[in-house]
Amino acid sequence: MFSRDSWKEIFETIQKNKLRTFLSGFTVALGILIFVSLVGLTNGLQNTFDEFFNDDSTNTFFIFPGRTSMPYKGYKSNRQIEFDNSDLVDIKKNFSMFVQYVSPRIDRSGLVKYNNESNNYTTRAVSESYQFAEKTIMMKGRYLNFEDVKKKAKYAVIGRLVEKDLFGSEDAIAKYIDVSGSVFKVIGVFQDDGGDDEERRIYIPYTTRQLIEKNTDKVDRIVVGFKPEIGYAGAMAFDKSLNNFLREKKYISPKDQNGIYIRNVMDQYEQNQQFAGVLAIIGGAIAFGTILAGIIGISNIMVFVVKERTKELGIRKALGATPRAVVGSILLESTFITTISGVFGMVLGMAILSSMGEKLKDYFITNPYINLGLAIFATVLLIVCGAIAGYIPARRAARIKPIVALRDD
Amino acid sequence: MIEIKDLHKSYKMGSNSLHVLKGINFTAEAGELVAIMGSSGSGKSTLLNILGMLDEADSGDYTLDGVPIKNLNETKAAKYRNKFLGFIFQSFNLINYKSAMENVALPLYYQKIPRKERQERAMKYLEQVGLKEWAHHLPSELSGGQKQRVAIARAMAAEPKVLLADEPTGALDSTTSYEVMDLIQKINDQGNTILVVTHEDDIAHMCKRIIHLKDGVIEKDEKVTQVRASQYV
Repeated sequence: MFSRDSWKEIFETIQKNKLRTFLSGFTVALGILIFVSLVGLTNGLQNTFDEFFNDDSTNTFFIFPGRTSMPYKGYKSNRQIEFDNSDLVDIKKNFSMFVQYVSPRIDRSGLVKYNNESNNYTTRAVSESYQFAEKTIMMKGRYLNFEDVKKKAKYAVIGRLVEKDLFGSEDAIAKYIDVSGSVFKVIGVFQDDGGDDEERRIYIPYTTRQLIEKNTDKVDRIVVGFKPEIGYAGAMAFDKSLNNFLREKKYISPKDQNGIYIRNVMDQYEQNQQFAGVLAIIGGAIAFGTILAGIIGISNIMVFVVKERTKELGIRKALGATPRAVVGSILLESTFITTISGVFGMVLGMAILSSMGEKLKDYFITNPYINLGLAIFATVLLIVCGAIAGYIPARRAARIKPIVALRDD
Repeated sequence: MIEIKDLHKSYKMGSNSLHVLKGINFTAEAGELVAIMGSSGSGKSTLLNILGMLDEADSGDYTLDGVPIKNLNETKAAKYRNKFLGFIFQSFNLINYKSAMENVALPLYYQKIPRKERQERAMKYLEQVGLKEWAHHLPSELSGGQKQRVAIARAMAAEPKVLLADEPTGALDSTTSYEVMDLIQKINDQGNTILVVTHEDDIAHMCKRIIHLKDGVIEKDEKVTQVRASQYV
């Protein structure tokens, strides 16, 4: 059945029936191509979602002050809420069960100078623990530490691109920069996976910033890092009780939508993961549907092919073809076509995916890929189903008496 | 060569049963050229199909070259057809995407004869029917008479015991018909046994014996003086 001769016979049949070959091959190749692309794009989408978060910690709350929108306990509506250093201490004290660290954050934008170079940068005044929240990676030197904050040191940790802009090829460590009129000593250079914006930042101790701003104790925002082991449920509970605590302390109505806002990174992360999960299920379902449509398509073509060849098969039987030879040649031909075109579709799909890389990043798709095992499985599934779909009509055709097949003009 | 005893065949047409062959007895020796004649519905094609193992009889004995033909499964029937019989059909039944030579070589493919030998033998038979130059043409590029000659070459290629021709001239004009009959006569002259089903009197008289079928029985079985087709060509 697999002799060189029967292969030759099959190649001849394929060559001389190009439309038929093209139709069945195209169906299979397209099915696999769409399957591979869809699964790949879904994976790329998931990659993007993961990337949103992997440069920041997820066990973090960002607390933003706002304006109240309703009167409460004798306070008028439209009152600006402000945080100060006592809030940092209170949060740490009241929620020691949950809290890993608390850092304030005061952002100021201003001109930064070194020798003749100058540029506008955001200077972010924080405590030493803020490094955990942003997952800041030190390239050289060191990050701010407890002593720097305590002594209100005029130290600055600058981003990789700040060093590049201001210092060129020079080493920035232990050099002095002018930040909006105050001189800071550069103690470290960092990098961050969050992109260029994050690498154009300067970190200084928040106490130093407060000293410069007329020795105030106000802070803009508070960043709370909680212990990862409390989990998602713990984080949600902590979120709620922290909210209640701050509203009580700042005299904000529990019903007020404004006043303060807590951005719960873990909750957002969970929701994003769920969203990505749902997208993956939808993508997977469509991809599976494509394979199913491919199977039905190839089955249809096989039925049509056998029907079209009924007379030819009758002639072959009259000339001495056994039922086995008839079924064998149809099956071998169809399996050969589906295998070649299936593998072609799979390889083409994978080539397209790998050539994408980051080109579709604007559409939230990063490094699309498909698991090779899955791609092969889908291809083999289609080939096997194509063979089964071909076998049934082929067997029926082989059983038809040649006299019946020949009568079919 | 062929021995038939009390052959019966009926077809079920809905609730009715149509008794087509009602006890046929005849014998054909090797080297005979027999015409089977009869009006349509007389059962001549059915008889030929049974002789060709394309159809099965309900009862009766059929012996071909000393081999009893009965209770054949499809595989065995295919092998016997390949070994014993060559078919010539009214509508030629060539495979339209294969060249003349490939069509002729096809029965040899099913005998598992190596490709090269297949092609050589196919060419030999094409030469015999005078179509050597047309070997690589597709059936669609050939005339009706040429197609039938390719079909005859194909029937001969497997070197069968018996050639069965079902209205071989039915789709051809009279000049071409005589050319085909001339060819059949020449093949018969070489000692091949040939059965021809026809309803044309002049074609029947180009054979050596005529069997007249009527309503499923043999009405008349006569030896005739053969009219050579070559005189008309």
